[in-house]
Amino acid sequence: MSDVVTTDPTSITIEIVYRGIFQKTLAQRICRSIVLAARKRGHTGTAFGRYGDSPERNGVPAKYFAVVAINDLELEASMAKYEPKVVDIAVAVDDTLVKGVESWAWYGRQPIWRPVHEGGAVLVTSEKTPEAVLAQTDVAERPYLLGVVPGLASFAGLWVFKDDHTDYRVLGALAKVAPDWVRIEDVKTLIQEQTKDGSAVASAQEGFDRTQLRPVKVGEGTSGHEVLQFEKPGWTTMRPGVIVDARKPGERNPYYKKYGARTLRPVVNFDTCIKCTMCWLDCPDECFEVTPEGHYEVVYEACIGCGICAQVCPVKDCIVMVDELKFEDNDDKWQLWKTDHDAYNRWFEEKSGVSADPKKVAVAPGRPQSAAPGANPTTAGGED
Amino acid sequence: MAVEIKEREHKDVETEQLATGCEAIAEAIRLADVDVMAAYPIRPYDGVMQAAAKLIANGKMDVEYIVADGEHSQFEIVKHACAVGSRVFVGSSGVGWFYAMEAIAVTAGLRLPVVAICGNRALDDPGAFGCEHNDALAVRDLGWLLCWAETAQESLDFALTAWRVGEDKRVSLPVAIGLDGAFLTHSQQIVKIPTQAAVDEFLPKFDLGDRLLHPDNPITIAPQVDQDWLMEIRMQNDQAMRKALDVITEAHADFKRLFGRGGENPFLDEYMTDDAEVVFIGQGTLSLPMKVAIRKLRKEGHKVGLVRLKWFRPFATADVVKSLSRFKAVGVIDRDYSFGSPYYGGVLYNEIRSALYSVDKRPTVVGFIAALGGREIEQPMAREMFDKLSAAADGGLASGDVCHWIGVRN
Repeated sequence: MSDVVTTDPTSITIEIVYRGIFQKTLAQRICRSIVLAARKRGHTGTAFGRYGDSPERNGVPAKYFAVVAINDLELEASMAKYEPKVVDIAVAVDDTLVKGVESWAWYGRQPIWRPVHEGGAVLVTSEKTPEAVLAQTDVAERPYLLGVVPGLASFAGLWVFKDDHTDYRVLGALAKVAPDWVRIEDVKTLIQEQTKDGSAVASAQEGFDRTQLRPVKVGEGTSGHEVLQFEKPGWTTMRPGVIVDARKPGERNPYYKKYGARTLRPVVNFDTCIKCTMCWLDCPDECFEVTPEGHYEVVYEACIGCGICAQVCPVKDCIVMVDELKFEDNDDKWQLWKTDHDAYNRWFEEKSGVSADPKKVAVAPGRPQSAAPGANPTTAGGED
Repeated sequence: MAVEIKEREHKDVETEQLATGCEAIAEAIRLADVDVMAAYPIRPYDGVMQAAAKLIANGKMDVEYIVADGEHSQFEIVKHACAVGSRVFVGSSGVGWFYAMEAIAVTAGLRLPVVAICGNRALDDPGAFGCEHNDALAVRDLGWLLCWAETAQESLDFALTAWRVGEDKRVSLPVAIGLDGAFLTHSQQIVKIPTQAAVDEFLPKFDLGDRLLHPDNPITIAPQVDQDWLMEIRMQNDQAMRKALDVITEAHADFKRLFGRGGENPFLDEYMTDDAEVVFIGQGTLSLPMKVAIRKLRKEGHKVGLVRLKWFRPFATADVVKSLSRFKAVGVIDRDYSFGSPYYGGVLYNEIRSALYSVDKRPTVVGFIAALGGREIEQPMAREMFDKLSAAADGGLASGDVCHWIGVRN
């Protein structure tokens, strides 16, 4: 397999998959730069966000698109569809998105490679190896090129844009896999013009040089992620009056799962829990169930990873926010704690990086590992 | 499903009242055993809230009567009350109707059979509370059924029909009844008040079925749907509106059998049209001065008649086409306007023209903008309209496509 993408000779479509609000501005900047760089060689293009998204919602996956074409007619032809169903390259600017994309007001969960055609590419910004990223990506149904762009999930795009060069590194990586459309010299010229900053230009070159490519064959990846696909009803089958079935009190909605918004997940040390109810009370998504012992276990299918539980928990390191890619499933571990206390605590320590023993907690030297320490203000509990 | 009607004669026990259109509506609220009504004063609709309050104060009616803080709340209150299974009534006028517009729009989208009257009033500014139809017409594209009453009697009759049709599961849409401000809302006429037993036969209990919002029936109403669902929802509303034609026809037949009123056709009334060459068509109370004018013109030998459109939504296209295609020329009298519309015509003018477009031998259609802001149609104006209509009839199709403002000072 080639280490560049195969595209239509007249146009290329690139999508940036990002997390709501945190990377909204970042995704927009990347797509604008793709078009402006292509302009350097006389191509034309357009950049736009998916209108059905709600990009102001924290963590919710959303998309931004860039379409570049050799002329206006070809651009029009590829713009006849507003939301591209097929793209040449998908870029995930947060590596936890490889677990699947479930956007707001969209029914189902898409593998990150879903819109990428055979011979296209998936680029992921991550500090992990391509093998580690692939291990959490849905099993491939067609071959594609996986590229890992060095870098953490960017926190650049919250209320003001705080440039961490993720955009330049991604542009460099795009130049590597789609040199016919994004030329590295055009990218560097554009960045030099825009920033007058040599380090920004160097970041583009770094993205070009250091992006690791890993051709993915059919069948590679994980089949462990839950399948969430729904048939949309027709006008004859849907209930009149814009009515959908609601849940009875105490029931959880099997169709409404929001864990796709999660970058970090809370893990709980049941030994140090003082049953104060704060996590249960303050969780905005009612994720916590009360155990017979009066502990609070997390229902991971409902958890968006906002970190409020860890923030309000008064006990140090009782609730720790942990990199989502460290987990293969959404299974609750409270049963394990009940049946095999030591095994649970080993699991807790391995995931969180902090000691499960309350006596040692105070002197534990390391801080919990997280995918992006900056991406969530509540990386560990007990300090606020 | 048609309501089963037992053959029974009720007319002999009906009573009579001298009542305004508003008071007749209040009687209908009593007879229909409405559960919740929401009120906020604006002329001329406020006649209903006063009449209803009086019935309650006199111990003749039991209804949850909620005075809202404004028209928007007023329509929201009944929408929600309807969702939990209440038969409801509401109403407003003019800009009050427009202030409620967001609530009005979503009521149709949610398929909640709210019954409302629109006491037709000119839209401020400039301040004016005389009759114009533009307020009620604002719901014409929203999925509301919309009819216009001619008399106080018909106000009562339409109200009972509105609950019957709107609450029918095949329709389940809100219904608005246009009552011409002053001419109908504030003029007292003899009204036959049907017996409770007859009304109970005509009007079944309101039953939302499995759409009832209740703790035992957990449902979510109106989630965010976006492009994924919206066209299907609109399609459902479209089908319900189409079905309303049949349901109105059924209700009209039952109404005639029970109460002996309602005219030949549920959607339009014809007056002196049998041998007519030209006819006027309009809505609401303008039929009164026009009937007087037609009788005079007939005495002079002119073959002229009147068609009064009763239901504007659903628009009974087949009935209207069948009726109007018999004539050489049709004069559409609009008590409304649509600035900048095709041929600068009124709303009804362009609806009629559109309906007639596919007819092989279509009449010349002449538009008249008349009697805005509560101005009366005086006999010389009717004569002027007839002269213009006759000329157009003689001139053929080419002389159509015009609208005349009638009775405007230069």
